[in-house]
Amino acid sequence: MIFIAPVLWIFISSVKGPIDLYSWPPKFFPDSLSFENFTAAFSKGNFGLYFINSAIVAVSATILTLLINTMAGYALSKFRFKGDTLILFLFLSTLMIPIEVIMTPIFTVISKLGLYNNLLGLIIPPAATPMGVFLIRQYLLTVPDDLLEAARMDGASEWRIFWTIIVPIAKPVIAVLTIFSFMWRWDDFIWPLIVISDPSKYTIQLALANFIGEFRVDWGSLLAMSVVTMIPILIVFLIFQKQFVKGMATSGMKE
Amino acid sequence: MVVEKSKAMPMPIKKTNVQTMKKAQRKKKMAPYLFVLPNLLIFLIFIIIPALMGLVYSFTSYNGVSDMKFTGLENYIRLFNNAEFWKIMLNTLIYAALVVPLVFAISLGIAMLMIKEMKARGLFRAIIFWPTMISFIIVGLSWKWIFGDSFGVITYLLEAGGLPPIKWLSDPVIAKITIVIATVWARVGFFMVIFIAGLQSIPASYYEAAQIDGASRSQLFWKITLPLLKPTSLLVFMLLIVESVKAYPLIFSLTGGGPAKETTLIVQYIFEFGFTKSEVGYASAMSVVLFLLIGAFTLIQFKWAEGGKID
Repeated sequence: MIFIAPVLWIFISSVKGPIDLYSWPPKFFPDSLSFENFTAAFSKGNFGLYFINSAIVAVSATILTLLINTMAGYALSKFRFKGDTLILFLFLSTLMIPIEVIMTPIFTVISKLGLYNNLLGLIIPPAATPMGVFLIRQYLLTVPDDLLEAARMDGASEWRIFWTIIVPIAKPVIAVLTIFSFMWRWDDFIWPLIVISDPSKYTIQLALANFIGEFRVDWGSLLAMSVVTMIPILIVFLIFQKQFVKGMATSGMKE
Repeated sequence: MVVEKSKAMPMPIKKTNVQTMKKAQRKKKMAPYLFVLPNLLIFLIFIIIPALMGLVYSFTSYNGVSDMKFTGLENYIRLFNNAEFWKIMLNTLIYAALVVPLVFAISLGIAMLMIKEMKARGLFRAIIFWPTMISFIIVGLSWKWIFGDSFGVITYLLEAGGLPPIKWLSDPVIAKITIVIATVWARVGFFMVIFIAGLQSIPASYYEAAQIDGASRSQLFWKITLPLLKPTSLLVFMLLIVESVKAYPLIFSLTGGGPAKETTLIVQYIFEFGFTKSEVGYASAMSVVLFLLIGAFTLIQFKWAEGGKID
């Protein structure tokens, strides 16, 4: 109960009209249902635009993350090459440097590259997640080399081996990373706060924060936005749930 | 091109075959570099280079616009004399010192309950995982809604029970506790999942053997579970420390860092100087100090987990 009560409260409150919302003593269930808050959030709050911005960022960043992290994880688990330990060490060491620590210099880099106030600035830089590379690598270490050698004997190109053998095998861990990556990007706050200043490019988290920052908080719209914000993550989670459980049980956590 | 190795081979192989094999070998050599390249490139440009730039900035009076002027250790000296910085650093340490062990212990405890066979196990897991899917901004918001000093639900329940109201968000000490509770609530589910995975990888036969030898429950936990969970625990510790540094959004939406900076954590302070006040050099010096602190903690953990390797 402790775990769902606060969220349930938001859900129920979002369909309350102003009278139920501000009544004292507080009511858990409203007397009547009202979807006013939702229509207000979308019409006055410009929420549709922020939702689309967030969707563009989260979906494309997740696809990019999956592609490049799986590629890097494959290289670092199934090949021995010059510099492999150094690269692995670089990736692992930055597990410990959250971008928040280096946000001022990152800002300089972003501006120099013309990514300031650009949705691409939200998509590309966070895609190279050390956590993702780490998870994929640990998972692929368990794949037998013979399988790959056999394919090489048959004359398959490395790229083909990647797509037809590695990616299907890695499905469970890719599902884990899909959920993580989508959650990270969808819920991201500090990164968009640094990169975006133009309100027309706001993501929902920025819009929510902006809402809170205002002098008088319109709780009704805010609650409605919060509810809508949670839905996409729930959908992604439901789609990948089965693979996710399988992936969590087999990736990265082994000795 | 002379193919020397073919001479040593016992049977004559068609030249074309040897050539394609050589080509494949070459391709195999190049492949890992090409596979790792995109990730590495983004990584160098957006993490390694900025990290080095930050180090350089910390020795300058850079304000984000004008030319950099080298000022030596000036930023660091100013930082060490800034009482507010130390107060906020202490806030961050207290926060981390509470959040890290609490989340660790609670999520491990729940994970151990959740691997037992029982009715509706999946539902319980989903419910506990649920808060981790919500953004920190909304977590803060919902807690503000519930714990709010004037119209919070808890405040009402206390009042109805004849108890004095608690200043969840405006008392310096209680506000600190509130942000810790909110964080624990929001993160326990995530680490529970990681612990469940770790626990499942421990063979049941270990426990059976120990039980036959007459080991008690607590012995099972300290002698089998905990040592075998070391790799998982290390991962959890590392993630938790990084996360408690990043907790800015939650605090932003719950207390805004108040009252009187009592719940302000270091990332918020760096942001304030780096962006609002445009003192990039000074903010970078803070980042360097923070980074050294995180680095020291990491090192301690690696020492602790020396038995359990990460790969």
